[in-house]
Amino acid sequence: MKVAIASGKGGTGKTTIATNLAVTLAGKGKTVQLLDCDVEEPNCHIFLKPEIESRIPATVLMPEVIEEKCTGCGICGDVCEFSAIAVVKGKVLIFPELCHGCGACTLFCPEDAFLEVPREVGIIEEGKAGGVRFIHGLLNIGELMSPAVIHSVKKAADETGIVILDSPPGTSCPVIAAVKDADYILLVTEPTPFGLNDLELAVGMVRTLDIPFAVAINRSDVGNEDVKEYCKREKIEIVLEIPNDRRIAEAYSRGEMVIHALPEYQKTFETCWTKITDLHGNTLQAGQQGKTATES
Amino acid sequence: MGIRCKQDNKEKQQRKVNIMKEIVVISGKGGTGKTSIVAAFAALAGKKVLADCDVDAADLHLVLNPKIERREDFSGGKKAKIREDECIACDRCIEECRFDAIQYPVLGNGKTADTPYIDPIFCEGCAVCVRVCPVEAISFEPVVNGEWYTSSTNYGPMVHARLGMAEGNSGKLVTQIRREAREIAERDGLDYIIVDGSPGIGCPVISSITGADLVLVITEPTLSGRHDLLRVAQLTAHFRIPTIVCVNKWDLNPDITEQIEGEAQEHGIKAAGRIRYDSAITEAQIMKTSVVEYTGGAVSGDITAVWQNVLYALG
Repeated sequence: MKVAIASGKGGTGKTTIATNLAVTLAGKGKTVQLLDCDVEEPNCHIFLKPEIESRIPATVLMPEVIEEKCTGCGICGDVCEFSAIAVVKGKVLIFPELCHGCGACTLFCPEDAFLEVPREVGIIEEGKAGGVRFIHGLLNIGELMSPAVIHSVKKAADETGIVILDSPPGTSCPVIAAVKDADYILLVTEPTPFGLNDLELAVGMVRTLDIPFAVAINRSDVGNEDVKEYCKREKIEIVLEIPNDRRIAEAYSRGEMVIHALPEYQKTFETCWTKITDLHGNTLQAGQQGKTATES
Repeated sequence: MGIRCKQDNKEKQQRKVNIMKEIVVISGKGGTGKTSIVAAFAALAGKKVLADCDVDAADLHLVLNPKIERREDFSGGKKAKIREDECIACDRCIEECRFDAIQYPVLGNGKTADTPYIDPIFCEGCAVCVRVCPVEAISFEPVVNGEWYTSSTNYGPMVHARLGMAEGNSGKLVTQIRREAREIAERDGLDYIIVDGSPGIGCPVISSITGADLVLVITEPTLSGRHDLLRVAQLTAHFRIPTIVCVNKWDLNPDITEQIEGEAQEHGIKAAGRIRYDSAITEAQIMKTSVVEYTGGAVSGDITAVWQNVLYALG
């Protein structure tokens, strides 16, 4: 089962929940993989402190011109929708940062004058800590293709056991790349006007993707009741509430896991997981029933 | 006479361009307080235009309460769509799509559709399918994936946007917002463009900072904040943009605050001041006002000092 931890607003506690859930479950003897898909600013490793066992480049395919074959016809430039190729005076110029790796230039070159070569856009690191198999990606500085690095992180995981996935903040392409094939999404928010506004956006995204989800409220006793009222109105389950405990903030600032600094919170994460699996089970059942109903 | 006049205009324009400064507030790590601080700057700065470039999760409007005066569709690009009645289901498009965006959908009755469908969420807009289709059954049209607005607020003009659900191309939308803000600043002879950026170091952030006069990084005294600041520092160095840093909620961990400021200094990033932890920041948000208007307390003094340092850094 793959559960993505996501949020519209940044800094709501995605990493705290992802790392503490993963280590709690591993402590219960489960097979757990933690994927940090926030490749622009990954933070899970700060808390998990994994021993890195392998490091491989994350690449995208980029065209390279075989000069001897190129006739300078300009078709590659015409078919590139991303302005990543310009043909000037019969010479092909490629702008790597703009290339989306769609393969149009290679496919439509009448002379077969393109090779596709891997270009590094980030690094994938893999390791272990606290019984958790850990994988994260780091986008190279100045690169635009976060989704490519996210795909590489996900490819490095296997399909066994529980996969907890820490998503980047927001609602656009990197987030979609991270959460699109999750079985369940946990949307983390805080009970403030910004938290509510960004939760509504995230709910819109998740509903567009048609993935079952629930909400976690961090610092649940600050702000106001609007987030809870919104969830009630929208019939969204709240499966986790973490209070505004200064000790949590301090442990977080030092890079300590909540369940280690404050073991009394272990139960909170266990309960959260039980609720997620129950809700997910219900959705599966409902889907099955729906299917049987239409078939009969 | 005509020539003279033209020259005067040119000089005038030049002067305006020279005076106007663009400040971009980013953070690397999300949730460090960018938007609350930008809202406070809105109340503190003189003649300015505000630009909310956190188009994924725009929040500045919740505090500044803009009155929308102009509304424009945003199209980030084109997307492919199969005309079912013309499709011969040869699967050429499926074979060549590198983004796994084309599939035969499973219908409500459990059966598979007769023709494939391009999921707009995953369509990258490369048009490879359009070009390989032997019967030209795929259209390729610009899609609207957001809206942007120019608005008036009690603090001056504001440019902001709303990206559609699950849409990409946020970088292009950021560029559009900044261009519009610049036009307004030039037209009205404003002194500052204050940009609220997005978290991370990827596409929308790069689009927000390129060519700006100053980047102010808001971070927090945590190991995560420190880690993310160092990546942002590399990014602004890569694009050669002068950068200063402010530690928000600094008293949560004074040791890490000092560590962050020291390391930033090593990267040529000066400290722009510290802001203490104060629940007034959240309270102001709930009251839909800026913190400096909500309270005359110490936290407002901290933010005012940071704004003074921004002005100093702009020279």
